[in-house]
Amino acid sequence: MLKVRNLSVHYGDTCVVRDLNLALGDDEILMLVGPTGCGKSTILQALAGLIPISSGEMELGSWQASVHRHVAPEKRSVGMVFQDFALFPHLTVQENIAFRLSDNSLADHWIELLGLNALRESKPSQLSGGQKQRVALARTLAHEPSFILLDEPLSSLDAALKDTLRWDIRKALKKAGVPAIWVTHDQEEALSVGDRVGVLKNGVIEQLDTPERCFSEPASRFVAGFLGEASFLPGHISGNQVITSLGSVPGIAIHCDDSQVDLLVRPDDFSLCATSDGNGLIAWSRYEGGTRLYAVNLDDGPQVSVRVIHENAIAVGARVQIDIITTHPLAAFPRQPACVC
Amino acid sequence: MRWPFSYPLALVIALLALVPVGVLMSLANGDATFFDQHNLKVLTNTLWLMLFTALGSIAIGVPLALMTAYAQLPYRRLWLIVLAAPLALPSYIGAFTLYAAFGPGGEIDQLLGVTPPRVYGLAGASLVMTLYTYPFVLLTTRAALVGLDGNLVNAARTLGMSLMASIWRVVLPRVVTGMAAGALLAAMYALSDFGTPAMMGLDTFTRVIYVEYNAFGLSQAAMLSLQLLCVVALVLFLESRVRGTKESPGRLLRLWPKPWQSALMLLASLPVFLLSIVLPLAIFVLWLVRDGTGDFNFSYAWNSTYASLLAALVAVILAVPVAHAALSGKAGRLMERVTFLGFGVPGIVMGTALVYMGLQLPFLYQTLALLIIAYVLRFLPLAVGSVRTSVESLDPRMLQAARLLGASPKEAFCRITLPLTMRGIIAGAALVFLESMRELPATLLLGPTGFETLATYLWRVYEAGYFGRAAVPGLLLVFMSGLGLALMLVGERGSDFDIKE
Repeated sequence: MLKVRNLSVHYGDTCVVRDLNLALGDDEILMLVGPTGCGKSTILQALAGLIPISSGEMELGSWQASVHRHVAPEKRSVGMVFQDFALFPHLTVQENIAFRLSDNSLADHWIELLGLNALRESKPSQLSGGQKQRVALARTLAHEPSFILLDEPLSSLDAALKDTLRWDIRKALKKAGVPAIWVTHDQEEALSVGDRVGVLKNGVIEQLDTPERCFSEPASRFVAGFLGEASFLPGHISGNQVITSLGSVPGIAIHCDDSQVDLLVRPDDFSLCATSDGNGLIAWSRYEGGTRLYAVNLDDGPQVSVRVIHENAIAVGARVQIDIITTHPLAAFPRQPACVC
Repeated sequence: MRWPFSYPLALVIALLALVPVGVLMSLANGDATFFDQHNLKVLTNTLWLMLFTALGSIAIGVPLALMTAYAQLPYRRLWLIVLAAPLALPSYIGAFTLYAAFGPGGEIDQLLGVTPPRVYGLAGASLVMTLYTYPFVLLTTRAALVGLDGNLVNAARTLGMSLMASIWRVVLPRVVTGMAAGALLAAMYALSDFGTPAMMGLDTFTRVIYVEYNAFGLSQAAMLSLQLLCVVALVLFLESRVRGTKESPGRLLRLWPKPWQSALMLLASLPVFLLSIVLPLAIFVLWLVRDGTGDFNFSYAWNSTYASLLAALVAVILAVPVAHAALSGKAGRLMERVTFLGFGVPGIVMGTALVYMGLQLPFLYQTLALLIIAYVLRFLPLAVGSVRTSVESLDPRMLQAARLLGASPKEAFCRITLPLTMRGIIAGAALVFLESMRELPATLLLGPTGFETLATYLWRVYEAGYFGRAAVPGLLLVFMSGLGLALMLVGERGSDFDIKE
């Protein structure tokens, strides 16, 4: 069990991470996600003991570190997968993976499992990006760390590769059965592979919860907007119903002390059909392959985004009827002046 | 195809650079013994000095490179400058002052009453050489270290390896070429330096050549010079074989030592600074206070300045066509390479060759011109390198634009390239000036009778044993060296490659 209490990190006078609290289960994968410069990589470096911390403490099994009791990285039993892989260029794949192992069986195990058998004698410079990432992962896992840190492991790979490798990494981590913290700036990656998601902003965790809750009940407008496309529909709340211009829907109030709210509606919470009267106008459309994304200007409301299957093709400027079809409760935030997203 | 206009000029300059070697060849043909027992002794002394200097400079330079590259110390840039500073001082300053300070009856003995061991002979020469050449290793190794991806060390540490072991197994194997390049530069310096082995009483090639010259054994001196040149060629060959492999750049490794660790590291590097910089300064100041200015005549300083200014002027005038030729084509690059020969020719060898040339050409004999020629031939590469770098950094499209507007290559060079490279030309001139100010062996051999410079006056003081009189010329030379360092730092700030990050 990895525990972090009130961790803060400063670079000079700037606070990069503030009062971070975390507790990780035995084989849990925590995704840390946030925009560039939010401090996600700094958290990993602090957990690995690569940079000094300015307050707080962390513990895992046999060790406990704080500001005054620094534990060297090599004493933490931590595995780290780096963005640029950090393979040792003067060693072969086999030598990289078995870097500090006296017994090669674990190295062989992961070489086998990650499909690296044919590359054993290659040097890192001869490998493709995806292969390098597998080697880096195998190296980390073969050394049997007690927890694993992944620093944007997929960001230097191309899109096609990301998708499969993402699941390969999750499977391998689950197989190894160690807690992992995985940093990414890709919200889709964060929602799909993690057991829990932590959304960071300016060094502070805004929300730490399951992917589902983070997505459907975001703790703030920032989280709502960061994890996916979000439209905000004005309305007022009474009990657990929110009355909007598109009718009354079940809602959950988040930090609301007033009945005036903005309701968070995701693009797929709407239905859309072309009709001569209707309640809105198509402002623009974006073809996405399997789906289409429309922006609709409501007659008595703001612009909202709607996602429908690709067969539902409507011309820009056409009138449409738009309705909320979701049955689960939607998150309602305190009213804000229009568009301060 | 037409030759670029600079080719004929560059060719003449390149041929001139070959003259000293040719002169030595014809001179050594006479009654010189090819190789005897004494030569063997000289050769072994020289090789030992080179080896100890190389090893010593690695032992000091590599840890300091690690410290200045990776440790997040307060005032990091200052430490780097302070630790690289000995490079700017001529090592004979160190040899002179260490010789005078240490040993029985030395300044330390007189002042404090404790008698430190003498700094003399092979051990002394190796110590002095190491103190003034380790910055070569420091700078080349540091440059290599800064180019490495720091995450590799982080990876090794998260795999359970200690920091020291990671540096040993993951970092150092990848900067071996950087270290080797620096160590070879240090060895080269030790090989061609005259002042230090001479003052330390160690019979290396440079010292023995001077002794032969003084004993009117000019052809023997030439023979020894040729042998020395063979060793130089060997070192240069090794140097050309040292090629680093390029790695994909990554994040710089940063280590955060605790305050007491930082203090300890800086404290550990203090002796180097004390011995190489503080001690010489302290000794000169002590002499100045105790003995005053002695019979020092400011015309010596003027002579140094005057000759060096002339050398700088001639060198940059010659450097421009050579640099242009080097950038114009293969043949031009070859000509540039030939002019680089001069840099490899030790000053004492250059002196010997030109003394003989002077004997053959009476209109040059005992003239300042001959000395200027020696300076120019030796330090021309500094000017060429400086000019060429600034030309290279020019956007070639600007020249193309000038050509498209109807300018001839020559006009484009004069109106676009030249004004834009003024900075490089001035920097080159300054480098040649400062090197010439400090030059000792060639000046000893070639200076017209009665023409004393700061360096030669210091040498006479050493020979006569009136050490106290070295105060003013010594301090002036240190001051000039400091000026050179400041100039390098200012020039660096304006360039793209920065030793900072």
